[in-house]
Order: sequence, then structure tokens, then C-alpha cells
Amino acid sequence: MDSLGSELSTYLLLAWLLPLLGFGIEVLGGYWGKGRQDKRAAYLAIGCIGVSFLLSSFAFCRWGSETHWQVFANAGGDSGHASVLSEQGDADHAKHGNDGHEGKGGHADGHTGEHVAAHSHESSGDHHSEEVHHGPAPSFSGTFYPLAQFGSLRLSIDYYIDSLTLLMFCMVTLIATCIHIFAVGYMSDELTDEYVDHSAHTADGHHVHRPGRFHRFFSFLSLFCFSMLGIVLAGNIFQVFVFWELVGISSFLLIGFYTERKSANVAANKAFIVNRVGDFGFIIGLMILWTYCGTFSFGDQKLDGQEQPGLFSMIRGADGQIATVGDDVILKTSGHDGHWDAPKEGEPSRTLPYLLLVVAGLGVFGGCIGKSAQFPLQTWLPDAMEGPTPVSALVHSATMVAAGVYLAARFYPVFTTEVLLTIAYIGCITLFIAATIAVVATDIKRVLAYSTISQLGYMMLAIGLGGWAAGLFHLITHAFFKSLMFLCSGSVIHGCHHEQEMPKMGGLRHKMPITAYTMLIGVIAISGLAIPGTSIAFSGFHSKDAIVATALAYTKLNPVHFRLFLTPLVTAGITAFYMFRLWFYTFTGKPRDEHVYDHCHESPAVMFMPLLILSVFAAGCAIGGEGGPLYQMIGNSEPVGVASGVEPGGVANVALPSHHDIHEVHSTAGVVALLAAALGTITAFLLYCRPVVDPGLIKRQFSGVHGFLVEKWQFDNLYDAAFVRPSHIVGRWCAGFDRNVLDWVLHTAAKAAVWVGTIDRKFDEQFVDGLVNVVGNVTRSVGVSLAVFQTGRIRQYVMFIAVSVVALFALLFAFMPKA
Amino acid sequence: MAGISLNYVLAIGAVLFVCGVICMTTKRNGIGVLMGVELVLNGANLNFVAFARYSSMGLDGHVISLFVIVLAAAEAAVALAIALNFYNNHLTIDVDRGDELRG
Repeated sequence: MDSLGSELSTYLLLAWLLPLLGFGIEVLGGYWGKGRQDKRAAYLAIGCIGVSFLLSSFAFCRWGSETHWQVFANAGGDSGHASVLSEQGDADHAKHGNDGHEGKGGHADGHTGEHVAAHSHESSGDHHSEEVHHGPAPSFSGTFYPLAQFGSLRLSIDYYIDSLTLLMFCMVTLIATCIHIFAVGYMSDELTDEYVDHSAHTADGHHVHRPGRFHRFFSFLSLFCFSMLGIVLAGNIFQVFVFWELVGISSFLLIGFYTERKSANVAANKAFIVNRVGDFGFIIGLMILWTYCGTFSFGDQKLDGQEQPGLFSMIRGADGQIATVGDDVILKTSGHDGHWDAPKEGEPSRTLPYLLLVVAGLGVFGGCIGKSAQFPLQTWLPDAMEGPTPVSALVHSATMVAAGVYLAARFYPVFTTEVLLTIAYIGCITLFIAATIAVVATDIKRVLAYSTISQLGYMMLAIGLGGWAAGLFHLITHAFFKSLMFLCSGSVIHGCHHEQEMPKMGGLRHKMPITAYTMLIGVIAISGLAIPGTSIAFSGFHSKDAIVATALAYTKLNPVHFRLFLTPLVTAGITAFYMFRLWFYTFTGKPRDEHVYDHCHESPAVMFMPLLILSVFAAGCAIGGEGGPLYQMIGNSEPVGVASGVEPGGVANVALPSHHDIHEVHSTAGVVALLAAALGTITAFLLYCRPVVDPGLIKRQFSGVHGFLVEKWQFDNLYDAAFVRPSHIVGRWCAGFDRNVLDWVLHTAAKAAVWVGTIDRKFDEQFVDGLVNVVGNVTRSVGVSLAVFQTGRIRQYVMFIAVSVVALFALLFAFMPKA
Repeated sequence: MAGISLNYVLAIGAVLFVCGVICMTTKRNGIGVLMGVELVLNGANLNFVAFARYSSMGLDGHVISLFVIVLAAAEAAVALAIALNFYNNHLTIDVDRGDELRG
């Protein structure tokens, strides 16, 4: 297994680094100097990401063939496996109870033993592949390159590979490849030395003229892919943080790609700053975890020949339960080979206050809130539409927002029930708010942006409810249909010459049929429509169904939280409504703006081929639903202790549904979700396709509500009033302080320095200079006076000498002491 | 020889020396000055030889006086060359005319 791990890590390392290589070449290769019509930068970027995709797929196949595709072997025996899992859950309960009530130790111990025995008996009689689901999820972790070590703080480039990692790699690289190819067509008007930006104006009111930035766009895309793949491959939370920020900066660069437009700059800043708010929580979480656990690593690692448990093992251990004593969580540091347990009596033990574990979970989730645009930080994402449409597609499907959900899922073992409940409610609030705003939005990209936020809410909700696999299932299916729809909207915008307002479109399906019908596939997929009574449906139905079923099972166990079921159900209807509204508005009916309609055209093949590829995946990637390969792949990496029926406890006092619970209500949930979606679709049909009521009338009737929704629930205004304007005021204060106080101090200091300088000059001129002059003058006058003796007459000199000698002798005779 | 003591010889040397100095200071003729120089040198030579004769220093005084004679010959050659050049420039060898090095 270890050799497989190193093999996989090599493939994924290459797949990860290729986009960086592409980025490096594009940045350093001097494309900007060689004419702006050169498409080579694009081919290079596509080549890099395409090879990455091939490598990822190859790694995926290697993984499958090495494990003999065991994942899919139990696809048929779903119910049997569910019941066994619930047994496992019961056993875990007993163990948990044991930890909680130490008084009844002996009794509970016997009880546990019985259950475990029964369970092992049953599994031996059951499927041969049960092992896969009972041990910790099979994963490979290791180190690529140790970066630094400060005391016990160890920073390194690690990897953590399980089926989820492989799946994410394939998904991200496939979608990114499609988007790269699409972008060659979409960005083709940048292939010029003189690009005229009609949305940006210079100070004298003219349009901005600038050189095209085709190569720059592709180098940023490459960097973006590299960062995202870095997050997916990361083996420790610190590395995740590094690439988290890299994703942030590359999204900043891409959102602000049209840097001459003020709105693009503001949007880029907003995305970056709002994300910093979430990252603050992330850093707090990191600090807490490192302080108490002493490691950043996800998986277990061998350091200097000694095995060390990773974060997940420390907190959850082999049985998937958090062990507590009083208010502290015992870290499971005793054990080996992936079977970690709490230290026994006498062994050194480490603990982590439960409250801080909650804070750490909330902090890390805070990062996810920022990145995945959850309430209350959702405002950056719609504004991020200022970037070119391929960027929106990448940001909204495969990379940036997916990173938040991916991290929340990856970090699941660290989240306590309180944190999970928070996640569920945040997701619930987000999905409703965003869906309602999407109903009134008229910009085609903004509708999609709000729908993204809403769908991300679904994913977060599912993760918070214990539907770990359901959430990620939706992440993958959503990535495909949302990237499809974004690229379709890009195709529409490109075809309509940068017209984004839906009220100016209409009837476009006659002009751009491929775009229209691939878009329809995406719309059906996101709406979750299916043929009743069969499981024939597009991907979105299966994943949304899984989430609604989880929510229903959860509500059954915790009737207090019934809103967590009702809201997503209602929103499923709203989703279908606004998505079909978008489609009917854009592609059916009569053209509303003749000018736009006359000039629009179907996009070239380089743009619609990716649409066709993505539409196949959007329709079919979830084939088979929860028995299908995709769900099984995800379920394979499910952390232990997920959905094993956690009993009520803690402050939150909630129980998480087991697989069995969810399976029971699955058909009910499917029916109600389908009903909601159908209702939404029919409403949209009646309002926008065959209008029985004029939507304008409804708008006037509910103008208050409409205005409130158009204003995005006043969030932007609220933040403007609460944060932006106070910051401006503080900024003005600081500027005033600078001008009035600091400047005064500086000016005074400068004046004082000038005054000191004047004094110093006088001293120099009068005293120092005077002294030097006196010395010079004296020397000179002495020399002049001595020159008198130098007569040049040789006889005189002889005379002087003779006289001096006589005088010397006379002196000697006069003063020398007599011997 | 026995009656002559060191003091007599030193007295003659002193007379020679003083005569030479007076000659140097009073003669305006360059050649005369050179002759004064020779007198001074010979006065000194006489002292060297006398001290060598009347003390136990061996041949040192004799050797030095030989050196002095050789040096005096060399000096006379140089000085006569100077005198010739002086004459070329001034058409006289009156040393009082040559005061270009006056400070």
C-alpha cells in the first residue's frame, strides 16, 4: 500500500506543479514582447492543465486497479452495509457512554464487548469488502519537502491522498481544462495591440485604449489552478492556509483583470478584504490546534522513525469519538499504525479544553465562510462577476468557493457538534437569502452568482447535518453544472457583444441553439428535476436529494431544528424557479431588444465544445445516485464517526443521523424535493414562458419586498454603514492626525534643525575658520621674516657659519661645566 | 721630531683653517674662494694626521685624510666646472654677482 501511496503522490505532484510551470513560463517567457496576437500562451496553459488532468485520471485509475475497485463492489448491498454501520454506531455509543460515566465502568465494558463481538460476527458473514468501511478511511499521507523547523513547529509540503483527493483532482483539472479552452474563444478580443475597453473611461471621457492581455489572463488562470490543486493535495493545515491565500491572490488578480474599470478594482478589493475577515478566524483556529496538538498534519506521520498521530487521529482516534474528561478533550496520542487511542493511566497525556476545540472549529469554519461566500460574508461573490466570465466559471465551480467546502469537509473530524450545528445554520441562512436575491436579479451572471452562493449553502448545510458525503456529492455535481452554466452565460455574453442584462435578451435559442440547450441541461440539473418513479435524472437531482434526505432524517431526530429541513426544501423550489426564469428570460419568447438580437450569434467551436463536454458530465456524473460510482468514491473517504448516529449531548444537544436513518427517509425526501422543484419550474413557466400573470404586476404589488431583495437584503448597505464608512471616518481621522499633529511635529523639528544649522554655520565661519586662518597667517609671516637671511651670497653664508661656530664655541666655553 | 708636540701641529692646523675661512669670506673671485676651501680642508687633514700620529688609533687618521684629499680633488673638479658655467652666464667669476637664490 505504501508503494501505491508514493506512486499516487508522484502523479499528483506532477499534476499539481504543471500549472505552476505553465505560469512560470508565461510570466518569464516574454510573451508580452512578441506581439499581442500570439496564442501560444493559451496553448501552453491548456497543455499544462490538460496533462494535469490526464495525470490525475491516471492516478485515479491506478488507485482503482490497486484496490480492485472495491469501492464499487458494495454498491449493490447498500442496505446491508447501512445496517452494519448502524451497529457500529451503537457500539460506539456504548463506548462513548463508558467514557462519560466512569462509575459504571465494569458493566459498560461488558456491554461494549458484546456489541463488538456481535458486529464482527455479522461482518464476517457479510460482504467481503466491509473492511474498507470500518477501519479509518484509507488514505496516504507523507512529506514531499520539509520546509523548515522552528523548535517543535514543523513546516513542510505534505500530501494527504484519499479517494476524495483523487476525485477533486480529476474534477478540478477537467473543469479547468474546459474553461481554459473556452477562454481561448472568449478572450480572443484581447488578441490585439490596441484593445478598447468600452466600460472604462479616462479622465477626459474617452474609452481606455490599452494593449491586449491575452497571455496575462492565461498565466493567472494557471496560477489559480496551481493554488487550488495545492489546497486539495495539502497534507497539513498550514499548507492549506498558504494555498488558501494563493487562491485569494489569484482570484484578486483575475477579478480585477479589467483593472482600468473602477468597479473591477472595487470588486477585487472587496473579495480580497472580505476573505481576510474569514482568514482571521482561520489563523485563530490554526494557533489553537498547533498549541494543543503540536502538529499541523492531517494524517499520521513517521518522524525520525517515530510514528506521530495527525490532527484527525489525535482528536477522533480510531473509533471516531471525541473523548472528554470534564471540560477537556483527551488527545489520542497512544497507539500505532493508524489505531490511536487515549493514553492509559500513567502514560503522559495531553488535553485540549473542549471550549477551545469549539473555537478552533469555528475559526477554521470562519475561513470557509469567507472563501465559500457564506452568510455573513457572502457579499463579495456577486461583485466578483466583474472578472471575465471564464474566471467566474472557475471561481464559482471548481476552485475558490469549492475550496471552502472542501476544507470544511476535510476538517470534519475536528468539528464538534456545536460547530456542526453552526455550520448547518449558516448554510441554511445562506442558501435561503441567496436564492431569494437570485429571484429578482436581472444580470445573467449575477443570477448564477447568487445561485452559487445558495448551492454552497446546501453543501455547508449537508456537512453540518452529518451528511458528509452528500455535501461533497453536491460539491462535485454542482461544479460540473455550474461551470457549464457559467460558460453558457459567457457564450451568451460573448454572442451578444457584452450585454449581460436579461431584460434585453429573449428568444436567443433561435440564434444560439447549442448554448441554449446545453444551458437547459445545466438548469435542469441544478433544479433537481427527475422523471417521477425512476432514478433517471441529471446529477443535481441525486445530490440535492441526498441533502434533503439528510435534512429530513436530522429533523426527525431533532424536531427542534425543523427549519433546517423546511428551508432547503422551500429553497429547492425557489432554485428551480429562478433558474428556469433565467432560461426562459434569455432563450425563449420574443426578442426584447432588436439590436441585441440582430447582432448576436452562436459562439465558435472552441467555445461550444467545452459546453458539450461539461453538459455530458453535468447530466451524467452522478449516475446511479447514491448507489452510483461517484457517491461511492466520496463515501470511501468519509471520516470515521460521521453519521454513525451520534447521540444527543453537549451544548448543542443534537443527534446526527446515521446512514440507516437517512436511507429510511430517502424516498420521502426524494418525492418532496421533486415536488418543490416541479412547483418552482411550473411557476417559472407560467410567469415567463406562457405568461398568465405579468411578472411586472407582481413586482409592483410587492414593490417593498422586491426593493429589499434587489438591495440584496441590505447587506451591502449594512456593511457599508457598519464597516466601510466607519473605516473611512477613522481613515479621515488618521489623515487629519497626520496633517495636523504629525506634520506639525515634523515641521517644527525641521525648523529647529534649520536654526541649529544657522548657529553651527556662524560658529564654523567665525571660530573654526578664524583659528585656521591665524595658524596660516603666522606660519606665512614667520617664513617671510626668515627669508631675509637667505641673501644668496655665498660669502655671507660662509660668514654666518664661521660666526655661528665661533659663537657656539664661546657658548660652550661659557656654559659647559668644567670637567 | 721628538721636540714637536701635538699642540704645535694643532696650532698650525688652526692657523691654516682660519686662513682658509678668511680667504672664503673675503675673496670675491670664485677661484680664490676655492683656494680658501682647499686651505680649510688641509687644516682639517693636518688635524687628522696629527691625532693619528699622537694617539693609538693606528692608520685611521691617515686613511681619512687620504679620502679627504680625493674628495677635495673631486670637489675642485666640480667647482671649477661650476665656475666655468658661472663665467659663461655672467662673464665674470665674482661670486657676489650670483645671488639668484636670494629668498
